[in-house]
Amino acid sequence: MSDVAARPAPNLLANGWVKTGLILVGVVAAAILGARLDGSGTLYKIFIDPFEQMVSAPDLLVQTIWEGLVTGVLYALIALGFVLIFKASGVFNFAQGIMVVFAALTLVGLHEKGVPAFLAVILTLGVMFVLAVTIERVVLRPLVNQPDIILFMATFGITYFLIGFGESVFGGSPKQMIADQLYLPKGAIDLNILGGLVSLQKIDIAAAVIASIMIAALAVFFQYTRIGRALRAVADSHKAALSVGISLNQIWVIVWFTAGIVALITGIMWGARSDVSFALEIVALKALPVLILGGFTSIPGAIVGGLIIGIGEKMGEFYWGPLVGGGIESWLAYFIALGFLLVRPQGLFGDKIIERI
Amino acid sequence: MFYREAGQFKSTYTADMAVFPILQDRIGIAVILLLAFVGVPLIGNDFFTTTVMIPFLVFSLAAIGLNILTGYTGLVSLGTAAFMGVGAYSCYKMTTWWPDMNIIVLILVSGLFSAAIGVFFGLPSLRIKGFYLAVATLAAQFFLQWAFVRVPWLFNYNASGAIEVPLRTVFGVPITGATASPETRYFVCLCLVVVLTWLASNIVHGRIGRSWMAVRDMDIAAELMGIKLLNAKLLAFAVSSFYCGVAGAMMIFLWYGGGEAADVFNIRLSFNVLFMVIIGGLGSLIGSFFGAMFIAGLPTILKFGLPAIGIPLAGATAEHITFMLVGALIIFFLIVEPHGLARLWQIAKQKLRTWPFPY
Repeated sequence: MSDVAARPAPNLLANGWVKTGLILVGVVAAAILGARLDGSGTLYKIFIDPFEQMVSAPDLLVQTIWEGLVTGVLYALIALGFVLIFKASGVFNFAQGIMVVFAALTLVGLHEKGVPAFLAVILTLGVMFVLAVTIERVVLRPLVNQPDIILFMATFGITYFLIGFGESVFGGSPKQMIADQLYLPKGAIDLNILGGLVSLQKIDIAAAVIASIMIAALAVFFQYTRIGRALRAVADSHKAALSVGISLNQIWVIVWFTAGIVALITGIMWGARSDVSFALEIVALKALPVLILGGFTSIPGAIVGGLIIGIGEKMGEFYWGPLVGGGIESWLAYFIALGFLLVRPQGLFGDKIIERI
Repeated sequence: MFYREAGQFKSTYTADMAVFPILQDRIGIAVILLLAFVGVPLIGNDFFTTTVMIPFLVFSLAAIGLNILTGYTGLVSLGTAAFMGVGAYSCYKMTTWWPDMNIIVLILVSGLFSAAIGVFFGLPSLRIKGFYLAVATLAAQFFLQWAFVRVPWLFNYNASGAIEVPLRTVFGVPITGATASPETRYFVCLCLVVVLTWLASNIVHGRIGRSWMAVRDMDIAAELMGIKLLNAKLLAFAVSSFYCGVAGAMMIFLWYGGGEAADVFNIRLSFNVLFMVIIGGLGSLIGSFFGAMFIAGLPTILKFGLPAIGIPLAGATAEHITFMLVGALIIFFLIVEPHGLARLWQIAKQKLRTWPFPY
């Protein structure tokens, strides 16, 4: 008996994607069958009705997808800040959300004091740099080589400190973002497509454009500059980077400062769409499912994850939300992300987690 | 000089493996229990009992719950508040169904509901690890918080959407409701916490606790040694959620006495409990108490202590200063001792052992 004959046939089911695909197809088929038999019952409402709505009113569908896209871009921006820091220092930076609020508040607060808008932007960048240096000196340097969860907790401390600091300096009341002074467009463009009006806010278009430019700039910065190479080296291995003469402390300041710039841009964009207030901090929590969906270490992951979450969440809220009383936006993102994670535990683009004993 | 084990010989393995092997420790714990059961009600006034002691006990129990999951099994969870909420709501529903049932029993039973929900949301932990799991548990937090608001059945369809804690008596003594005295509520809390802590201590020092710690240290290695990961992790989620659920029920029924429970069990509470566990010390029961004392006590101390030493603060400013100080202190303690207050306590004991001759 040869070995070849004894070898079992390759088991297709061992592939996670194939298995999940089969299960999904089965579930959908069963549901559609059930819904057809059911006629007007619950199954019909879940599996048939939303899609019929999508087909019958394509303009609404486009509008929903557009809104999801824009929200997704903004989630992706916040997630980007997380990813930058996680890649370079392995710190899960919970404070990114509050850094967004803090940057926006500083900008608005400076402008209220009479500083011209663009000077205020530069000054805010200065403040973010000082913040980056302070965090590196006071928090990160003494905590080098500690377990991840301790560093994670330390960023909680930063969050609390910044909340208290921001509120005592700028006050807790919501503020208006200085969108006009920064020459951000406002108003809406109404497009006549698919037999209906789709209204696109100009600020949203601007947000998408600015986000794309920033991501491209970051990609170039990471790929082609000296500092970018150093950052990637640090991300690969702290020890190896140290041994070829890269200063970790310097790199961390740069990374936190970059995250601060991202936070400022995110803050301006979010602030222009709504108010600048500490409620944004809660929105920042939405960046977490984006992160786990895309993978903690991947910049493209943050963007793709942001778009998936943004669109999925808006579609879910609009078409399926009314079935359960609405407001499902608060948790739907997490369940979408969980669904992806169960298939790929490291996120869509994350580094494969290799465990050895 | 006083804290020495010299001359205390163990003649059985049981005695050697005891949780408190040193006589002085046993005396210490007895003194603490005596203080808690007799001293506090005698000395403390109502204000002290309700604003300091009851929150401390409730948070200690929640911290023990999370510590079992995060400290002993190594699974980071950010859904603690939601599991506490499940406990509170199930206790509320049960006391509506069976008004004559002993409320203390109901508080304990509501932990079981919480445990079931916890197991359900713990299922992803078999596949997802580390921070990915931490974020995944946020799904539980946000989903359950949403359910607390949107499912009117949970709060008996009343207009305010709040839990109203009814008057319940045990042997004629009011335990919950408006007429229950702070001392009674304190005693009930204390008894529950003492019994459950004793139970937790036995679990984590036994076979189950050892398997949890093996999973924490490296789950693949643990699996190779024959520990069933499915059972160990889900059991950790179940026990942890049980403790959190009981803490949540205690929180609403014995501390708040009702209110907007959906607002209470928000994400900030989850984070606070996680602070307690980490500041107190991961994988340490006494650390849970230290952490609860620190995080629950700090705002109260700052609120009432700072004006007392002559720093007058307006309400809003005080709150901001509190936030800043809590943040700064968290960072400070992490830098000074990343292993938590429990480690500081151990170091202090070690120093005390050799005192006054350190060599």
